[in-house]
Amino acid sequence: MTASQETIDQICKLLEPFNSTGKVLTADTEISSDLNIDSVAVMDFVMEVEDHFDIEIPLNVVSETHSIGDLASVVDARVKKD
Amino acid sequence: MIDLLDKHKAIAERHARMMTMGVNAVGLTNDKILSPTRAMINGHETILAGTNNYMGITFDEDCVKAGQDAMAEFGTGTTGSRIANGSYALHKELEAELAKFLKRKHCIVFTTGYQANLGMMSGLAGPKDTIFLDADSHSSIYDGCTLSGAKLVRFRHNDAADLDKRLTRSEGEEGGRLVVVEGIYSMLGDRAPLADFVEVKKKHGFQLLADEAHSFGVLGPHGRGLADEAGLENDIDFIVGTFSKSVGAIGGFGAGNHPLFETLRYAMRPYMFTASSSPASIATSLAAIKKLAAEPERRDRLRANSARLFAGFRALGFDMGCDMVSPVIAVKCTDEVSTIAMWNALLEAGVYVNIALPPGTPNKLCLLRCSVSAAHSFDDIDKIIALFGKVVASRAAA
Repeated sequence: MTASQETIDQICKLLEPFNSTGKVLTADTEISSDLNIDSVAVMDFVMEVEDHFDIEIPLNVVSETHSIGDLASVVDARVKKD
Repeated sequence: MIDLLDKHKAIAERHARMMTMGVNAVGLTNDKILSPTRAMINGHETILAGTNNYMGITFDEDCVKAGQDAMAEFGTGTTGSRIANGSYALHKELEAELAKFLKRKHCIVFTTGYQANLGMMSGLAGPKDTIFLDADSHSSIYDGCTLSGAKLVRFRHNDAADLDKRLTRSEGEEGGRLVVVEGIYSMLGDRAPLADFVEVKKKHGFQLLADEAHSFGVLGPHGRGLADEAGLENDIDFIVGTFSKSVGAIGGFGAGNHPLFETLRYAMRPYMFTASSSPASIATSLAAIKKLAAEPERRDRLRANSARLFAGFRALGFDMGCDMVSPVIAVKCTDEVSTIAMWNALLEAGVYVNIALPPGTPNKLCLLRCSVSAAHSFDDIDKIIALFGKVVASRAAA
């Protein structure tokens, strides 16, 4: 499933405070490896995403989500489900 | 061929940077342990203020003798699991004594505290269930949750309203719900607001587990932990704890009143597929728990020492991990490099504390973490304060 650009944009905005590398964020950006964000910070960031969209993203799903695009697809699917 | 260890190169580089600044802060060698509060490190007698030896019981004569006698009577090891080889009478005796101490109907002991969390999380929750865990939970809780195969939902640290919100989001889903909190959080020393969580429990209905690893033997009028202190033991379904802190040995336990609790022995892989605790360790734990029950003055001394260190650090103007007296007292530092430098300077000056760095800490904090012991003298505490004043306060000012 392709994520909507609007969701990708919102996730990029939420991720910006965690991005200390100065890299430009895109759907292909790998959240942890490209931005050098440790595992705890990734979980903290996902909490922000959960609250922004008022959805639940279990940790089991987070561990299989690598890029911003992956995460946006999860968000879209869960927002739709609710 | 892809070298499997290539992925750890960044860790190796980070460790190498630390080593250029002095001693290996995460792999220190104690050449000799002199007492619960003293060791010989790099040829110097050093005050130990980072060993979680809360009751200072590791050299207690009765505990040492109990371990020696058990080794002579039962041998050096059990050579297998309790499922395969059977229990020793000592295991049963320890479980009965601990159940009595905790005022719980059932208690199961594990070989380590880490395995106690692995076993309890994976025994209680399965793939159809959901575990709600505090964001600052210890790694053994995270790993136990992963082993369970349950759906994992993380709530904001010590935030009952946030838990409430996440429970509401998952309303109507199949399976049971387990909420996990800790008595004292190991890095910052703060406590779970149990009364708030119990209110959420009444609203939503779930089973509640408290990991009392750092609070067992330490908090409460009877030393049973945070639930004892808060007067909320009846609202906690399951307790987990360890023997490696206030008990001064090694091992862990799970306890509860549930009529099917004993069945967990046949459902917890970290209990079933590992060798049971050694006779010496079990006997030492048994002797120490009797002491915790009989000698409440140890808790009084720990409280007095903790209050003195807390007040001393506050007077130095430190930003600390939590705003109440706790046997875990962490000083927040600004960055990794200066924290490593200060840790080295403290060690050189004669005091060992823990260094805690991200991702092992919440909110990317760099900490110099002290754990207080009942065996520290006021003189020890004053020396620790003075050394922190010399090393940490002066650097913070600079």
